Amino acid sequence: MIDLRKTDPGVTIAEAAFPAPFAGTLEYASPARGPWNIVHVGMLIPESRQIFACAEGCLRGVVLTAAEMGAMDRFSTVAIEEHDVLDGDFEEMLVDGVSDILNGLQEKPRAVLLFTSCIHHFVACDLGYVYGTLRRRFPDVDFTDCYMTPILRQTSSPDALMRRQLYAALRPMAPDPHRANFIGGATSPAASCDLREIFASAGWTVGDITECKTYDEYLAMAKASLNVTMIPSAKPAGEELERRLGQRHLYLPVSYDYNEIDTLLCALTEAIGAPVPDTRAKREAAETALRQARGTLGGMPVALDYTATTRPLGLARLLLEHGFTVSDVYADGFTADERADFDWLRERVPSLRVRPTVHPAMRVQPRDHTETLAVGQKAAYFTGTNHFVNLVEGGADGAGLWGYDGVARLASLMADAARTEQDTRSIISVKGWGCCC
Amino acid sequence: MGVLLLKQANRVLSTYAADVSGVCSALYELGGMTVMHDASGCNSTYSTHDEPRWYDTDSLVFLSALTEVNAVMGADDKLIADVTETALSLRPKFIALAGSPIPMITGVDLPGVARVIEEKTGIPAFGFNTNGMHSYLPGVSRALAAVAERFCGPCERDAAPSVNILGATPLDLSVTGTAEALRGAFEARGIRVNSCWAMGSSLDELAGAARARVNAVVSSSGLAAAGVLRRRFGTPYVVGLPFGAAFSDAYFGALREAAASGENRSPARTDAGEGGAPIFLIGEAVYMTSLRAALRAMGRKNVRVLCPLECSDGLLSPDDLAVSAEEDIREALRDARLVIADPMYAPVLPGAAELIALPHEAYSGRIYRRQIPVLVGSALDEWIEEKRK
Repeated sequence: MIDLRKTDPGVTIAEAAFPAPFAGTLEYASPARGPWNIVHVGMLIPESRQIFACAEGCLRGVVLTAAEMGAMDRFSTVAIEEHDVLDGDFEEMLVDGVSDILNGLQEKPRAVLLFTSCIHHFVACDLGYVYGTLRRRFPDVDFTDCYMTPILRQTSSPDALMRRQLYAALRPMAPDPHRANFIGGATSPAASCDLREIFASAGWTVGDITECKTYDEYLAMAKASLNVTMIPSAKPAGEELERRLGQRHLYLPVSYDYNEIDTLLCALTEAIGAPVPDTRAKREAAETALRQARGTLGGMPVALDYTATTRPLGLARLLLEHGFTVSDVYADGFTADERADFDWLRERVPSLRVRPTVHPAMRVQPRDHTETLAVGQKAAYFTGTNHFVNLVEGGADGAGLWGYDGVARLASLMADAARTEQDTRSIISVKGWGCCC
Repeated sequence: MGVLLLKQANRVLSTYAADVSGVCSALYELGGMTVMHDASGCNSTYSTHDEPRWYDTDSLVFLSALTEVNAVMGADDKLIADVTETALSLRPKFIALAGSPIPMITGVDLPGVARVIEEKTGIPAFGFNTNGMHSYLPGVSRALAAVAERFCGPCERDAAPSVNILGATPLDLSVTGTAEALRGAFEARGIRVNSCWAMGSSLDELAGAARARVNAVVSSSGLAAAGVLRRRFGTPYVVGLPFGAAFSDAYFGALREAAASGENRSPARTDAGEGGAPIFLIGEAVYMTSLRAALRAMGRKNVRVLCPLECSDGLLSPDDLAVSAEEDIREALRDARLVIADPMYAPVLPGAAELIALPHEAYSGRIYRRQIPVLVGSALDEWIEEKRK
């Protein structure tokens, strides 16, 4: 038997399978807590209330998520107990439990996100009856069916499902031909983002749920004639809105490949009737920022992880092509968008190390690569470094990074991180970075 | 709308750590490997909100990552294979499996699975049929009782005073110094701490529990282990925490009596005391009855405990309340003027009531950890004095 205490569970990218480089086994949860969970995402709907119906053990994490973000005034629970499983009265319990909560509130919320759990799925709870009854009983409240069903994660990504249901309350409105939305991201693209510039040049306004202050502002997102998604887990939301509201959907994924960025920008200009932008200056600015960052790092190894960006392999490729030393990519799997970069890295940098984050051996691996620069919280934790870019889901300092502007900003953040140490522990311990901090 | 439903809906209150976290917490420092049989979520909840040692102490606590297909197909062989492979690689001192809601629904026999794993690995293995529908207390309780049954053997009894501390986990005591203060309080009275179940002691130290002359049960989750040690080795136990200078004298007197007589003692079992506006203490039964005993020893009257958690018979006095539903707690506190409780109970207090915050890790997690006081010995008197200001 292999001694996991002495064995790196990582593989070289030449040895790695795509899209799942590691076999499934027991899992470890590292203390990096920055990525948003379903509570953080759901709270983006202003004037809404979340009600979770599940066992005490499952409630604990979501209740304290809400508490830590200071949102307990928008959060309630219905606890499932053993006798419920035996009694089989889940529909009645949900209807009466939710009714009880709403009747006891001084002011009804505009919307309720009702989260059912794995148990409801296993006992075939009639959710159609539940929501139908609740909607009749509370006609002024918009109910959205939400799900905390991690047992279904292999067939339905909980994250993608949540981002899709986030917009389920939008109803058809007269479309505004010059209005668009960014859909599904936890962080709105930076003001200087290439996409925003193109929208502005064509006289379009762009909404984002992260900027909505009222429920009516949220509902007004239905006026948009175009929705843009940028991460794979937001794609189903864009597709669903296109199907349901007729809003055109454009998937413009985060990319670190200049040619791909140009192609994506062209796709947007074509969609909104804007002139094709001259990106030479932006490309040069990104190149300059990368050169400066490389000089600042001075050979310092870089480790990346999948929580920082949905395309860690694409970022690794960009950095390697620009003379950086990339030591490790921490990822348990890859998205389909990563295929081309995976193949490129396999061929050109076969020794690049891919390391898991949930494999049990990661619990006992040394975390003493303190002179590494990490991009992402998990990479920071596993290397033990205090030189890190706190990039979560592609966003940093409250702004989403995309395109040339994103590359330049990221390079600048890397240079800052190389120069300055941070308190990694205190930063990565915060749950849902950016939702309230 | 049925009464039953009212009792399961929480409009504003939090929820306690669950039984599966209790198992993990109890066994955390003992060199074993604990596996939560669950899809996902239990592990991040435990490591984020229920386990303050997670960052600094590399304990082997993992998730089985149960999938729908494996649950429906009853694929226990996948669990057995994964646990066996990992255990043979990491060589823990024991293996513990703790269940969650779906394994309960599909009827997974975790003790049976544990026996198979033990046969395959040669490593002692336990299966706990937890289901995430009870508080942490039964989880801690069952884990510590299993250790007492499985690992403790006969030892020569100490001639000098000595004690095992039973039921100590960060879920009740946090990591702000209470466990250390408890040790210090015993040592200061010439009582050697033989082991602490389970903070700051190794499995070997726990295995030698029979050496101690008496067991100190510091939370209701230590009672089951105390019962096992009593049955197996005849060790008497004392229930309570030595809070406050005055009550500490009574507590240690009871401890000496128990050691001398071989009879169990419950010095924290006092009545509420008549007179004055009611003071309510909300929380775990042993902790709060000890605090009540200390306050009574300081002259306070009408001090009532409200226990929202599982509670063994005989811990509460007739004046106390064992209620957990939000509406019941609101009703119970209707006439309260002073409440000592976790800050997350604030929303259900009547407007006229004052809250003295006494955060409880098992309830509010890490949010108020820095405010969790040490109340052992005279520290309680100082805390009360500070709160008066």
